[in-house]
Amino acid sequence: MPYPPSPTANLILDAAAIDRALRRIAHEIIERNPDLDKIVLAGIPSRGVQVAQKLAANIEQIEKKPVELGVIDVSMHRDDLRLRNKLSPIEVSQLPHDLAGRTIILVDDVLFSGRTTRAAMDAIASFGRPARIQLAALIDRGHRELPIRADYVGKNLPTSINQRVYVRFEKVDGVPDSVWMEKE
Amino acid sequence: MSAWTRKDLLGIQELSAEEITTILDAAAAFKQVGAREIKKVPSLRGKTLVNFFVEPSTRTRTSFELAAFRLSADVVNISATTSSLTKGETLKDTAKNLEALHADIIVLRHSSAGAAKFLAERLDASIINAGDGAHEHPTQALLDTFTIREKKGRIAGLHVAIIGDILFSRVARSNIHALLKLGARVTLVGPSTLVPRVFEQMGVQVTHRIDEILADVDVVNLLRIQHERQRKEYFPSLGEYTSLFGLTKERAARLKPDALIMHPGPINRGVEIDSEIADSARSVILDQVTNGLAVRMAVLYLCAGAQPAHV
Repeated sequence: MPYPPSPTANLILDAAAIDRALRRIAHEIIERNPDLDKIVLAGIPSRGVQVAQKLAANIEQIEKKPVELGVIDVSMHRDDLRLRNKLSPIEVSQLPHDLAGRTIILVDDVLFSGRTTRAAMDAIASFGRPARIQLAALIDRGHRELPIRADYVGKNLPTSINQRVYVRFEKVDGVPDSVWMEKE
Repeated sequence: MSAWTRKDLLGIQELSAEEITTILDAAAAFKQVGAREIKKVPSLRGKTLVNFFVEPSTRTRTSFELAAFRLSADVVNISATTSSLTKGETLKDTAKNLEALHADIIVLRHSSAGAAKFLAERLDASIINAGDGAHEHPTQALLDTFTIREKKGRIAGLHVAIIGDILFSRVARSNIHALLKLGARVTLVGPSTLVPRVFEQMGVQVTHRIDEILADVDVVNLLRIQHERQRKEYFPSLGEYTSLFGLTKERAARLKPDALIMHPGPINRGVEIDSEIADSARSVILDQVTNGLAVRMAVLYLCAGAQPAHV
């Protein structure tokens, strides 16, 4: 994996900036959810899971109590099975057995069209009926195709529709945590 | 996990180890769907699946049918007796008619080896081989390897014995391909009439004495003796088969304590396996049935997803 991911990519956030953004989101989640026992941070594979883990670690550090983590794979709930060039890997979803009264915070790395979020909400509905669903994204790059907005955003990044955004995490990519954007 | 690019699943022989692992990993995700409150996902909504079973089968057809329901596909079942094949229509013409009705996936069980490949080469629909003659039964091998991997945590390095009617068994052939590709050691066990030495060319060991291997194997996969076919020429009697190759209580006691006992079903209690052993804790026969559903969901999802979009 090259670092940077492409020779024409600009660094948007480095590891320290990502940490700061996630620490701020952690505080916002704590502020809006006084009953932290009720929340589940559900990461959307692959890198949303990394963001969720980092958010959970931040919340635990601030509040000194553990936060429940989950994984919500959306591949089976997408509406574009044959429109994509290749099938992405499917991961095993993990959510608490009983969602009644819980607050699911969906966590993704980049919020773009909103279709992944829509699929994730459909997937959650098949597990049960949580009290509420919130959305956290490290990057909001705009260009929504559905009426969806994030409750927590690390950074708003104005992009053109074809501009590529890369998120890299040490744990899965083997390079320092970073966010990059292709030059126009 | 590598990307899946095949529109059809015809056999295990042509798959790479990575492709097999891709299916098994996807099956693990689909197995989780069965634990949800709503055990259904919309992946194949609006797609039509035809279960085209020219040879009779209840459990495989039902498993595919339920897998398709869980993926929100519409399902039509056609059996040999209800199809126009009995009126002399060729396999190709019947299939062309199914395609004209916009069937997206055809699951084919046929008595002739190569029937699924024949259709796959002629139709745009995804063709899933649900057993073609004595050739292959890929989803059975996939659910068997999935079950072994789930219980043992790995396939590589395990010693698997396949016991019984190997000669005519598509289940055995598909299992041999899958297990060898994933790095297991395979020993075939049975009378020399049903397990000829020629199988050694596939890269497996052959023995005609079950007692030699019991203490060493991690998995025993017992195939059904198809006694309804009256194979008198292959072994003298069911009683003699049981005494020489059946998994009796005495033999089961000599297996490793954590050895898995598998059977593709339907089992002949008291013939290839003792009735109590079939119900014992080491028997994973019913896990195989549950896992078959998850594996078939994965196969349908991957093959339908790899089809080019209809424009």
